Amino acid sequence: MSDDNKGSSHQTGPLINVNNVKKIYLDELSALDGVSLKVHPKEFVSIVGHSGAGKTTLLKMILAEEFPTEGDVFFADMKIHDLNKKEMNLYRRRIGMVFQDFRLLPNKTAFENIAFAMEAAGRGDEDIASDVPHVLDLVDLGDKIWNFPNELSGGEKQRLAIARAIVNQPDVVIADEPTGNLDPINTHDIVQILKKINDLGTTVILTTHNKGVIDSLDHRVVTMENGKIVRDDSHGKYII
Amino acid sequence: MIWTSIKRVLRTGFVSFWRNGFVTAASILVMTVTLFVLGSLVFLDAMLDASLGQIQSKVDVNVYFTLDAEEAEMFEVRDSIAALPEVAEVEYVSKEEALEEFTRRHEDDQLILQALDELDDNPLGAHLNIRAKETSQYESIANFLGGDDALAQSKFKSIDKVNYFQNKDAIDKLSKLISSVDTLSFAILIIFIIISILIVFNTIRLAIYTAKEEISVMKLVGASNAYIRWPFVIEGIMYGVVSGIFALVLFYPVTIWLGPFTENFFGATNVFDYYVNNFSQMFLILIVSGAVLGALSSYLAVKKYLRI
Repeated sequence: MSDDNKGSSHQTGPLINVNNVKKIYLDELSALDGVSLKVHPKEFVSIVGHSGAGKTTLLKMILAEEFPTEGDVFFADMKIHDLNKKEMNLYRRRIGMVFQDFRLLPNKTAFENIAFAMEAAGRGDEDIASDVPHVLDLVDLGDKIWNFPNELSGGEKQRLAIARAIVNQPDVVIADEPTGNLDPINTHDIVQILKKINDLGTTVILTTHNKGVIDSLDHRVVTMENGKIVRDDSHGKYII
Repeated sequence: MIWTSIKRVLRTGFVSFWRNGFVTAASILVMTVTLFVLGSLVFLDAMLDASLGQIQSKVDVNVYFTLDAEEAEMFEVRDSIAALPEVAEVEYVSKEEALEEFTRRHEDDQLILQALDELDDNPLGAHLNIRAKETSQYESIANFLGGDDALAQSKFKSIDKVNYFQNKDAIDKLSKLISSVDTLSFAILIIFIIISILIVFNTIRLAIYTAKEEISVMKLVGASNAYIRWPFVIEGIMYGVVSGIFALVLFYPVTIWLGPFTENFFGATNVFDYYVNNFSQMFLILIVSGAVLGALSSYLAVKKYLRI
């Protein structure tokens, strides 16, 4: 993976191109059935659908956590499932991931959780010392820098997860049901942070069940059912 | 950059070891017990070796010379025997020394002493006490002295008797017994080493199992396999080293307590003396085996969760 095609700002085609992807488990259970999706730089795309519609499987394909049975996934023209280990590590550093269950490192403080992502990306100690407090301030956790995840509320944990996702200035932030475990106030806060990230030029892909979130965003909405994309509206609403 | 990575890996390993609290305590407890058992086997093996060595040292073969044998001939025989690779030691006992030893041994038996006084000459011949390196080697030494070809040689004509053949059965039995005990203790040691490896591996695997979610998150933020794996390996080494130290310290009161008992049971071998005299060896065995086991177990256990 060369540095020439690393940044999304020079990307003219789609940043993510999911091309006719099928995923079949145990020879019969079809989780994705010929899904094609193009996501362009700086877009905010929400993916909605019932449980089992294939949203999380699609995200796992993009993250290369799962391999497609058929079809390809491209990221900035790279066929991601053909990347070797080293290239895969570099690729994953270009994606910021936010999970419903936060997936923070429990034995590390807020500072260390974010520092770990920076260390993994090969950033220096000086960068870490200056950027971590800054990014924690951005998500309003400046006063929780030395707290462990079990000392934070659900909303704070998710904000910490978002801070970790954005600290390496990724090309895209993927948020898988980030508000699923949160109350309405925290949900609103998380959505505002994601919008802010997108306004600053980062592509955001969001999956959610929350109708209120989708309707308030007024962005592109992709609707999935039974492993297929059944609707793709540029200024969509939550319609299932 | 490489130094920064090493520093970070070491720091992360040490911090995780400290913060993992219960998991660390449980792992150290199991590893301490395992290393203690392993160390006990080393002690037992040493005690057994010392006891067998003592028994072996009491076995010898004696070559008795004729009364008219010349001293030069006897020395020639002694030197031929000493040159054999199986021989550990050859002691020449002259006629006078033999008589002196006989008299000392029977100093309370007036009848024998009187009988000796009535004789004009020393009735005892000179002899050689031969000790082999292994009990099983006495037969080949005796064959060297007693074989047809050997007897035909002029230098062996001064030999009156070799007592191996009278004691052959007892020596053979002892030889077999020593060999069986050696084999058995070695087999037990190997079995316990394998059991120890499995216990330590499973303990560390369980400790790392609790971190499998963390490992998957580390992968998803783009950390390299080495960057994820090495802190766990450092943590495994810490488990081993700390457990080794605990086991080593635990042996101090235990060997003091068992010392007099082992001295009686194993004959003049005190386990506490062995512990003190071989402290550096025990230190290396327990600490190094703990560290190697911990590192290897961690390495293999983490590998399983790196496959995403």
